[in-house]
Amino acid sequence: MNNNKHNESEESFGCSGSCCLKVNRLGVSAGEQEILSNVSFHLHCGEIVALIGPNGAGKSSLFRAILGQLPYEGSIEFHTAAGQEQRPLVGYVPQSPTFDKGDPVSVLDFFAAAISDHPVFLPAPRKLRARVSECLSRTHTERLLEKRMGTLSGGELQRVLLAVALEPLPHILILDEPLSGVDIEGERQLLDMLDEIRARYDLSVLLSTHDFANLERYADKVILLKGRVIKTGKPAEVLKSPEFEETFHLRLGREER
Amino acid sequence: MGVWYSLVSVLPFEWAASDTYLFMKNALLAVLVISPLFGILSTMVVTNRMSFFSDALGHSAFTGMTIGALCGFAEPVWCAVVFAIAFSALFTVVRHRSNMASDTVIGVFSSTAVALGIFIATLGGKSFTKFNALLIGDILSVEPSKIGMLALILLIVIVLWCVSFNRLMLSSVHPGLASSRGIKVIWQEGIFSAAIAVTVTISMTWVGLLVINSLLVLPAAAARNISRNMWQFHLFSILGAVISGVAGLMTSYEIGTSAGASITLYLALFFIITFLFRNKWAA
Repeated sequence: MNNNKHNESEESFGCSGSCCLKVNRLGVSAGEQEILSNVSFHLHCGEIVALIGPNGAGKSSLFRAILGQLPYEGSIEFHTAAGQEQRPLVGYVPQSPTFDKGDPVSVLDFFAAAISDHPVFLPAPRKLRARVSECLSRTHTERLLEKRMGTLSGGELQRVLLAVALEPLPHILILDEPLSGVDIEGERQLLDMLDEIRARYDLSVLLSTHDFANLERYADKVILLKGRVIKTGKPAEVLKSPEFEETFHLRLGREER
Repeated sequence: MGVWYSLVSVLPFEWAASDTYLFMKNALLAVLVISPLFGILSTMVVTNRMSFFSDALGHSAFTGMTIGALCGFAEPVWCAVVFAIAFSALFTVVRHRSNMASDTVIGVFSSTAVALGIFIATLGGKSFTKFNALLIGDILSVEPSKIGMLALILLIVIVLWCVSFNRLMLSSVHPGLASSRGIKVIWQEGIFSAAIAVTVTISMTWVGLLVINSLLVLPAAAARNISRNMWQFHLFSILGAVISGVAGLMTSYEIGTSAGASITLYLALFFIITFLFRNKWAA
């Protein structure tokens, strides 16, 4: 019905020569309940896009749809810089997972289990150790190799998980609330690192966050989500928009009642 | 078996002399096969927080035995194996589909299985006593062919571990991350549960239902106290299980107690010692 209108908007958001992820009229529902509807956006290589929205806005569902873990309507396409369509490799950093302090899982064990077929209940051969160490050095965490996962600080854990997500090097990096449970120093380190990574590897970063203070510093684009895309644009544009105020103030108002 | 008997005969024990106490030699070999098997499985039971689940599996195996006996099978153990695998598969699916805490799901399954088992065992006013042997277990009654079967299971578990331990571990420590890397978490859980189901059911006759779960929990629980990584975890778990197994069997021979219970007590001792040293070793 409104095909024409849709095509227009697609053209105005063209991929302009670099590789990009096109999410087109994405819809996700759980049974009768509609979680996401008509979500469209483009994510270009080298770009950091922040996804904001109240809890239950569908941020995690959007991630899971891109990861192929949820059935969805609409389309998610990935185009390389040459314009070819292919399945994107997605690196995923989950929301602050909890590791039991006493679990005998070292960073090496965890990493090797994720990236290799060498069974980790046997001692790691030197070659594998070296490879893991090299991967960890991408996020400056190689000194944590022998530490147990449960003893890492919030920031250290996020950086190790980031290193796991970067091997093999993905086209798109997805981080689910990477800043929750991380202290101020860790936050600064993590953000600097993301900046470094997207510049060095020219990959797209999609992250969700509740931290609006730093948005302008690192995000190229912000998507305000609440079941659908409410507002999208530069961080300053979105943060100062009436839609932003409405989305978060309305929620406050309801809670106060 | 001949090789084994002559090998053991060099040991300085009363029962080790040639051509005597064959049941004891069989039992020793059985323990040497069962204990590393439980030592290996134990690591995942503990990491995956499934100690209550493995307990429930033991109960379901008992139910399977009673059903098998009711149907008049000569070897009700196969009926029990099938029942336990079905039970573990059903459990895995229910746990994934429902949003109940998994200990609640286990509680529901376990109590239903036990009730069904007792119901069938006592059907028509029959006495429960013939099943008492299952509760305590008797390692001394193990036959060479059964040891061969246990060895085959050990071999299968080792192969399973080599092929899929990484995926199993990732699924257990972070299901979301595991599936983002293309791992089918529910299958990993299902296969592992089935491995426990088969092991528990087959060894129940010799180890005893009442203590079998301790063999699945204690070795790794103790090893966890003093391990920093997966290699140490497996090493200590298997070593602890084998040493406790052999020591328990010897003790039961010397003072005439149940082998299963003696082994468990040695494992408990292993746990207490590692617990006391946990800060020195794994800090």
